[in-house]
Amino acid sequence: MDERVTTQDLAETVPVAVRDLTKVYGTVTAVNHITFSLKPRTTVALLGGNGAGKTTTIAMLLGLVVPTSGEVRVFGTDMARSRYQAAQRLNFQSPYVDLPMRLTVRQNLTVYAGLYGVANAEERIAFLAQDLQITALLDRATGKLSAGQKTRVGLAKALLNAPELLLLDEPTASLDPDTADWVRQKLKEYAQTRRAMILFASHNMAEVERLADRVILLDAGRILEDESPRALIKTYGRETLEEVFLDVVRGRARRERNEVPGAREAS
Amino acid sequence: MSSVSKTSGAVPVLLPPFGLGASLRRIGALVRRYMYLLRSSGIRLVELIYWPFLQMLTWGFLQKYLAGTTSPLVQAAGVLIGGVLLWDILFRSKIGFSTTFIEEMWSRNLGNLLTSPLHPFELVAALSVWSVTRLAVSMIPVAVAAYFIFGFNLLDLGAALVAFFVVLVLTSWSLGLLSAGVILRYGLGAEELAWSLAFILLPLSCVYYPVSVLPDWLRPISLALPPTHVFEGMRSILLHGVFDVNELWWALGLNAIYLTVGYLAFRWFLQSARVNGTLLQLGE
Repeated sequence: MDERVTTQDLAETVPVAVRDLTKVYGTVTAVNHITFSLKPRTTVALLGGNGAGKTTTIAMLLGLVVPTSGEVRVFGTDMARSRYQAAQRLNFQSPYVDLPMRLTVRQNLTVYAGLYGVANAEERIAFLAQDLQITALLDRATGKLSAGQKTRVGLAKALLNAPELLLLDEPTASLDPDTADWVRQKLKEYAQTRRAMILFASHNMAEVERLADRVILLDAGRILEDESPRALIKTYGRETLEEVFLDVVRGRARRERNEVPGAREAS
Repeated sequence: MSSVSKTSGAVPVLLPPFGLGASLRRIGALVRRYMYLLRSSGIRLVELIYWPFLQMLTWGFLQKYLAGTTSPLVQAAGVLIGGVLLWDILFRSKIGFSTTFIEEMWSRNLGNLLTSPLHPFELVAALSVWSVTRLAVSMIPVAVAAYFIFGFNLLDLGAALVAFFVVLVLTSWSLGLLSAGVILRYGLGAEELAWSLAFILLPLSCVYYPVSVLPDWLRPISLALPPTHVFEGMRSILLHGVFDVNELWWALGLNAIYLTVGYLAFRWFLQSARVNGTLLQLGE
């Protein structure tokens, strides 16, 4: 699945278009000339080891980090210049960003409903609370919740505006397998019922296999692979995505297949 | 997600994200967040009043002691206690602005805020509104206590008090914007700046003594600071019963310049943080 992006794509023919995107911090190139796009109703995983550039890519999609070069357009908006045009149509969650600990869950969700312009905030919060099984937590201080509960509350915040594009950074990090599985199921349901796009960064192969229609495999800021999980496994002649990942990041596959790292993204 | 009718909350009803109404709504949401935070801790509420109350007591008793001496200046009026109360307006407003901003960083909430439809000017407006609210919570009980304990009535300053208040609060916002910008760019390591920046004004803006005390070379610097005109004006009213309106216009004009510079600096530091990737440390 080669998602090459043309100038025409950048003019909102595809909802998310990333072209030749590069981010350099001092002497470190975090993201190195990557190009991809997201089509409606797709769930895409950014897979890679630590320092592969997943988080920086997501931060540039959110408009939190300005690219060194290249372009990110979300719903036709240049996120480096005018992210506000698109901000109400997307949302994100990360285990590394918290909601204020002293506020109750209901207070936090009410504040964010105001920021995202949700007119029926009370009903929306009640609905999400029921759906994500946090009704009993609504009047508890957010800082007193367990990791699993915080993840569900963070997800409620991320779904308040029913975003067309949901960006997630390691959505099930530090969760027990049962809770992680539950969260994945909820994300899958959301993507289907809302017909939303989800782009998530993950180290978790099971999660990627379960959720993603497509995997963008990053290494040292470059896209090494951009395929469906099944196609990747088949291409590499492996049993699982984890084996493919290990092949790729350890360079074995590149040697066997005589490929040059980063050859794919030069589109 | 289970299918439920629109009125049940299954589908959010989204208001237009642009225009004055949308901005006011987002500012209101942030102010509500700060209100929730203050309500969540009785200790915070007490702390708001505790320090200015101690300050007022200390300087009030000093004033009382000096009133028994032969100095005609200190006998004339409550210039010291007046200086303390007005200085606290500036200092508490600045601290209110900065602390509220730093709170977002302490709670690792900034990433959520800055990816929402919130504009930087709305964040600044919410911080400004909240700094005045905190100031009222902090200073009104202390001013009332000053009246009952020392017989000093801040309202004796008359209409000038409103003008002084405006000038001092505007100056505090300029300082708050500058320190918030530096913290945005350089992280919580620069937090000390937020606490100490206002103190540079303490000797220079002549809180407790007239500008004439300063050496000649320092006077232009002092007069370039809006609070200097407030403290000179206060002394003029309390000692001579005269209020020089020109002092006020000078102060407001200077404030316009400092506020503009403060906001531009804040925006510059924010953009710089976006370029340097310091806004969101997501774990990599």
